[in-house]
Amino acid sequence: MTVTETASEWQKASYIAGQAADARVNVELETEGMTLNIGPQHPATHGTLRIVVRLDGEQVLWADPVPGYMHRGYEKLCEVRKYLQINTLVNRIDWLGSFANEVPYILATEQLMGIEAPTRAQYIRTVLFELSRIANITLFLGDMGVQLGAITPVFYAFRDREHVLNLIEGATGSRFHPNYNRIGGLKDDLPKGWIADVHAVMDRVRNFCDEMEELLLGNEIFSTRCRGIGVIPAAVALDYGMSGANLRASGVDWDLRRDDTSSPLAWKHADWKVWTHPDGDSFARYWVRLQETREASKIIDQLLDGLPSGPIMAKVPRIIKVPEGEAYVQTENPLGVMGYYVVSRGDLGPFRVKIRSASFNNVSICPWILRGVYVPDIITILASLYFILGDIDR
Amino acid sequence: MTDTPTTEETPAEEAVATESDPVREALVERLAAQFKDAILDTHIAKGDLWVRVANGSWHDVVSFCKVTLNMRWFDFLSGIDWLNNPNLSAEKVWDADVTGGDLALTTPGYAGAETRFQVMCRLKNVETNVGITLKADLDADNPTVASVVDVFAGAEWHERETWEMYGFVFEGHPGLRHLYLPGAFEGHPLRKDFPLLAREIKPWPGLVDKEPMPGEDAEPEEEAAAE
Amino acid sequence: MSLLALSYTWTTVIKVGVVAAMTLVGPLIFVYVFLFKMMSHMQSRLGPMEAGPHGTLQPVVEAIKFLQKEDIFPERADRLVFAAAPFVVLASTFLLYAVVPAGPRLVVENLNTGVFFAMAVSSISVIGILMAGWASANKYSLIGGLRSAGQLIAYELPMILAVVGVVIQAGSLSLQDIVHSQADGSMFGFSGIGNPFIITQFIGFIIFLIAAQAELTQTPFDMPVAESELVAGYMTEYTGIRFLIFFISEFGTAFAFAALASTLFLGGWYIPGVHGTAADVLGPIALMAKIMVLGFLIFWIRFTYPRFREDQLQRIAWKVLIPISLANIVITSILKVAL
Repeated sequence: MTVTETASEWQKASYIAGQAADARVNVELETEGMTLNIGPQHPATHGTLRIVVRLDGEQVLWADPVPGYMHRGYEKLCEVRKYLQINTLVNRIDWLGSFANEVPYILATEQLMGIEAPTRAQYIRTVLFELSRIANITLFLGDMGVQLGAITPVFYAFRDREHVLNLIEGATGSRFHPNYNRIGGLKDDLPKGWIADVHAVMDRVRNFCDEMEELLLGNEIFSTRCRGIGVIPAAVALDYGMSGANLRASGVDWDLRRDDTSSPLAWKHADWKVWTHPDGDSFARYWVRLQETREASKIIDQLLDGLPSGPIMAKVPRIIKVPEGEAYVQTENPLGVMGYYVVSRGDLGPFRVKIRSASFNNVSICPWILRGVYVPDIITILASLYFILGDIDR
Repeated sequence: MTDTPTTEETPAEEAVATESDPVREALVERLAAQFKDAILDTHIAKGDLWVRVANGSWHDVVSFCKVTLNMRWFDFLSGIDWLNNPNLSAEKVWDADVTGGDLALTTPGYAGAETRFQVMCRLKNVETNVGITLKADLDADNPTVASVVDVFAGAEWHERETWEMYGFVFEGHPGLRHLYLPGAFEGHPLRKDFPLLAREIKPWPGLVDKEPMPGEDAEPEEEAAAE
Repeated sequence: MSLLALSYTWTTVIKVGVVAAMTLVGPLIFVYVFLFKMMSHMQSRLGPMEAGPHGTLQPVVEAIKFLQKEDIFPERADRLVFAAAPFVVLASTFLLYAVVPAGPRLVVENLNTGVFFAMAVSSISVIGILMAGWASANKYSLIGGLRSAGQLIAYELPMILAVVGVVIQAGSLSLQDIVHSQADGSMFGFSGIGNPFIITQFIGFIIFLIAAQAELTQTPFDMPVAESELVAGYMTEYTGIRFLIFFISEFGTAFAFAALASTLFLGGWYIPGVHGTAADVLGPIALMAKIMVLGFLIFWIRFTYPRFREDQLQRIAWKVLIPISLANIVITSILKVAL
């Protein structure tokens, strides 16, 4: 669990090169350069993110991301809604793995009310959480190929992801935005035959991961484009609050699923591994996410095999009034660490909800990391950081 | 001096507060030893730690947490406005006569609050998975606090967002400008006296089409009308 | 053509007609077979199925769609240059079809310097692309145009050097002569299938294909048109007919390069055992088959691989391909004289 102090060769060399580029551009700041707007409508950004870059030929002098084209004012909206209504809102933050957005919020509310959902509900929550992780990251695995020019793997990604979305639809009634959690448990129990379907789909997912490993990770051009590009040393990553695979790819061995022992969810009941990579470059981030997808499929298989029976909803009062207090719950979402800071004053709705979204911190590192890189590398780095606009902008 | 981890908070806390939390109590002692009077209040509950510090020591406390307490992971930095605006609530209440000047502060949360505005920052130690929530009071008319960008580079965006949403001025920040909102936006949206446009235009109709809780029958109609 | 004793005017008209027809039909076939069907099947989907049986009329429909679009000029574009750029690129494609032989007597113009002409003419497209990139008044187009200028010029050299090996072995620059030397040649005394240069000039063949992929700005060398970065590179501001012309030139040049490669390395229209008039009839079919095989290779690589960065691309051209092709020429000349 220690932070890796010794940086790998790639980290050192590229970090030094970054500093040297910084020195170079400081001298050359007299030249005009060309200001280019990447976005808000652009095939490379996953949504409406605008990055203003100043170029010297093909090299970036400075980069300034301008988020907010999708800002919906979630925190203000949360102040005027009841607790269960916020559940619907919150689905739409990270819309690819939307079940995962609900979970930390519901856990925070349950913590404030002093309610614990029954074990079966926690198991199913964890299974659906991991399914949403697979749905989210398989898209990343194909999408990184498209950003780099390999247009075929993304079709395989969508094809295999369809099955996962069908599973989520089977359990919750909706492919995206399931709105399945309730305070104290879940809305419904699982349908008949669902568990057998899940096992079959998990085999497909593992096949898909093997395919991507051969097709992209094993591709020389992919390696040339990604190795040593966008190196983030561990100390810088911690400073910016990066999380999830981005942090683990820089060598920091920290995963809330394993390390947050007070979490009521069921990860401790499965035998799984946390993947890290010492390099901290774009290749490492892709590699870590691929391994995590495989690991997620194994977690799901194990948890479903050991699924306890019982109720899926605890005894909860009809009108939900949460007692006064503050709670902050974080979980290891597909994009990183997502947390909800819920302040309650005893009303039907919260007083303040601060949504800590992973992509906000992940993208805040862009001005630092994009200095001195080439224009194609901007795309590689953005693709490997993997953000969802709804997560940045809330 | 240091406040002991309190058990005289709301009654719901009592069952939890009886378990002691040696790790966090030790952290509180270290903070108290370093900063003495600047630590105004602390609260330990549910495996988490809240510490309120004096405005002047904000930067030093954050720095101490990073360097000495090894809390190197920057979670978030945001603000909170303790004004109680009944127009901004989940209840079916709409009173167009209530204006900003009539509002009073609500009861403050963990670790107390003496003013309307508070800045809060959350840090974590990834090796021990122990986090801390730091709060500081800000003056209601001129909310200012030191910027922690030189301690945590990631605070730059968070402070910009907090300035944009609440109007807090962070001294020492390289450039406070809008993050989410367009450049010419006036006002600070997350403040409790900033109106929510939807509520201004149309009063909240209340909860219609109620769905029964799982395992229960449909709600009797008087529940919706009783609010 | 001496098949019929026609006047010069008529032969010229027929020749121009043939080239124009090939410039349209060649890309049409490539677009349908490779872009619509092969790519779709590789991506586990069907592709266009509506227009015509199995979507065979889709390319025609697409052409009509482009023809009826509004002709848009960006406000600050240089109108004359903007309008002329697609035609410059099309001219380069057009001229390439003039030298490729489809049979012993089926060649539009049997130039003595056929290969030289083909290589020279294919580099005219660089000017067209630069004109498009500059005149679009769009920063993305400018970046695309500049990248492509660097890339196309860099990859001209390996292509030409790869072809020089073939020329040395054939002893002539004329494409018809090169086909004949492959047809009449023999390998170690066995003359059953002639002497296709792909066997002796294997290195040259590989280099030619790589350089052709780069000349066509296809992935993995499609930085100028990097879809995820520059939207469409130098073609971003073009719509309607002008875009259609760029599109036709891209696939037309692909067809022409595949035809060139088949002629230089695979024996062109030569089928073992077929001579005389039969070769005039079956030659085009044989050439077409070889073109389809090479086209398959080009597009298969295009749809699978990610793209190189510009500097990595240049490094490959200058530091890897050119030295290898130079070595190839040296070895070929030595062996030509010695054997």
